[in-house]
Amino acid sequence: MSRDLRFLPLILLALLIAGLVWRLATPLDTNVASKLDGQPVPTFDLAAVIPGKPGLASSDLARGSPRLVNLFASWCVPCATEAKVLEALKARGVAIDGIAIRDRPEDIARFLARYGDPYERIGSDARSQIQIALGSSGVPESFIVDGRGIIRYQKIGPITADEMPLILARLEQAK
Amino acid sequence: MIAEAGLASLWLAAGLAALQLILATLSFRGAIDSGRQMRGVAIVQGVLGLISFVMLLLVFARTDLSVALVAANSHSAKPFIYKVAAAWGNHEGSMLLWVTVLAVAGAILALYSRRTSERTLVAALGAQAALALGFYTFLLTASNPFTRLFPAPLEGQGFNPLLQDPGLAFHPPTLYFGYVGLSVAFSLAVGALFTGEVDSRLARAMRPWVLGAWVLLTLGITAGSYWAYYELGWGGWWFWDPVENASLMPWLAATALLHSINVLAARGALKAWTMMLAVIAFSMSMVGTFLVRSGVLTSVHAFAIDPQRGAFLLVLLALYVGAAFTLFAVRAPALREGAPFELVSRETGLVVNNLILSVILGTVFVGTLYPLFIEAVSGEKLSVGAPYFNAVAGPLALVLAMLVGVGPLLSWRREGRPVLRRLVVPALVGATMLAITILVAPAIGLLSRAALAVGMYLIAASVVPLVSRNPFRAPLATWGMVVAHMGMGVALVGAAANAAFTQERLAVAQLGETLKVGPWLVQLQSVRPTAGKNWTALEAELLASRGQGRLTLRPQTRYFTSPQAETNEAAIETFWNGQLYTVLGKQDPSGGWQLRLWWKPFVTLIWLGGAMIALGGAVAMAGRIRRRRRAARNEWLRR
Repeated sequence: MSRDLRFLPLILLALLIAGLVWRLATPLDTNVASKLDGQPVPTFDLAAVIPGKPGLASSDLARGSPRLVNLFASWCVPCATEAKVLEALKARGVAIDGIAIRDRPEDIARFLARYGDPYERIGSDARSQIQIALGSSGVPESFIVDGRGIIRYQKIGPITADEMPLILARLEQAK
Repeated sequence: MIAEAGLASLWLAAGLAALQLILATLSFRGAIDSGRQMRGVAIVQGVLGLISFVMLLLVFARTDLSVALVAANSHSAKPFIYKVAAAWGNHEGSMLLWVTVLAVAGAILALYSRRTSERTLVAALGAQAALALGFYTFLLTASNPFTRLFPAPLEGQGFNPLLQDPGLAFHPPTLYFGYVGLSVAFSLAVGALFTGEVDSRLARAMRPWVLGAWVLLTLGITAGSYWAYYELGWGGWWFWDPVENASLMPWLAATALLHSINVLAARGALKAWTMMLAVIAFSMSMVGTFLVRSGVLTSVHAFAIDPQRGAFLLVLLALYVGAAFTLFAVRAPALREGAPFELVSRETGLVVNNLILSVILGTVFVGTLYPLFIEAVSGEKLSVGAPYFNAVAGPLALVLAMLVGVGPLLSWRREGRPVLRRLVVPALVGATMLAITILVAPAIGLLSRAALAVGMYLIAASVVPLVSRNPFRAPLATWGMVVAHMGMGVALVGAAANAAFTQERLAVAQLGETLKVGPWLVQLQSVRPTAGKNWTALEAELLASRGQGRLTLRPQTRYFTSPQAETNEAAIETFWNGQLYTVLGKQDPSGGWQLRLWWKPFVTLIWLGGAMIALGGAVAMAGRIRRRRRAARNEWLRR
């Protein structure tokens, strides 16, 4: 082996260790960055499902202030656990709209009565068409939409209590 | 009491490792002459390590729930064998097993090593003690397996159901024995670099360790591959998952080492390179352990994800590998290379083997860690998958397989005979296979076709070294080599046949419906609930037939209660020419059942090849031991 090459293993090791140290210091973020960041909300107009509560149209999401759009379903267990967090966000002044995915009016009413109703408007997406247009693959998911109808953030899975500051910060940024 | 006894032996063993390191340092400096005492210390340390592990096995066998580790990983309702296997099916227990094997390996080195000089052995035992000391510290401070829980819970939390399988109960220990066996090669290399006595005696002392570790690694990888194949229910046998790669990398390095060490033993050449490989082989084992234990890479194997433990292991890794590489950089230039050799010689053949294996190793290494580095530098997330590994490692493996036929025919130093003439028949076998695949299956991929031809060629070429002589007078080591090389050909043919000819059928079947996959007709007869000791299951009854004869397969979806989990138990039927692989999925709203069916021609050859490679290694080892015994007896008779 040539004399010049003898430090090569050490240099490669140092690189490897540096990379692994970096990885340990910045744990893997498994949240996939949404392709819809910065894209306008697709046009939709969803019918109301609950008496006395209006449905949701894309035009409702471009009225000057940021809103949180939550995709949920009465048949979804994580959605039930997320409901408490949504209530807390509402108490902090967050405007929340709901899209009920593949659900029945009576089931939604029972779900809201049991776990609370943080939504200003609820649209029914009985065949997941708007869900697919939004690039969502499951429930619950939440989108932050700014005052001009542009998607600023997509949260896959339930919002947990730890993530409230993150969501509030993202809403602030969307102003 | 048992747990406390285990912990006490662990502390004592750690103390002895420290003593062993101090003695090594002192006697290496010439202050004292303590070779004999060090051997004693190393042996007692090994015994104490073993006692500690046996105590852990005992608390698991008795399901002593006052031990935190048992409560977290076992359950009173589990079958006995999995109660015991749970001892190493978790982070702390597996690290204890790791250290135990390390200590026992040190003890065996101290007991049986007569080949190296005393000075090199002392330095090697010192290196082994330094390795052990780091891992004892890790166990005692960050991963104590014997921590008590008070009050003791009434029931344990259970054991990952995927791991409740006889194959997997023994897969990690086999790999660990292999990993840690390489630690002795590492320590001997470090010792020899200290003393400068890198010679054929060292190579002969190192060879049984490398051979033994390599046999176990081969077995462990083969068993792991088969486990993933039948237990995960995906029908694949190798996924290029980071943790699989972590076990493959030490194997590749050990394979290269196994070949280069012969050059050092026979000709005194390739000194620096062989030492480097010995260091790298064990370093790759530590990298592998780190990757599995820290969870830094996204993997299906992410069992223990804990950044602090990861940091500790990383420090150990940096320390040991860094020290060995530094030592190498300082000492390697002073090593005088041994006898020269010509371009066409067995030495050159083994160098080429080493180069190709190293390039494959580099490929796997880069592919495994590339996503991490890209994300560190640019923040972009990506993953490297099977297409990259297959495209790069596949052709390299084929070139290697071509040359594996040639290498054993070359003689040391210089080859004057027309060697290629002896490969005419194997070449014809390969060409015939190529012609058959072109005629019978014109549509299969280029790589699969080439692998089928090269695999058949290699199967034929591997026996050529036995042909020109009386095969029954050939040394066992030659037989071992032939079997292992043939195993490589067999595995290649199996992998290629599986890739080229597998038929898959994924469908929703109503009761009574018949599906066709390959030559098979499979009818869904019924789906019924059934139960085992700690699970309930839905079991389908499938009636399969091709031509005449019928057979029944019963794939299950199992539901485990503690912890709650669901696994697919594939039903697999093996024939001489392939496997019928069936998996039961979920029920559809229409009342039908999802079924996944595969017909996989000659897939079993993959693992048969792996087993042959390991068997070849074992035969070679038996041959070396027999030869050594004979030499010892002859020497005794001469006296």
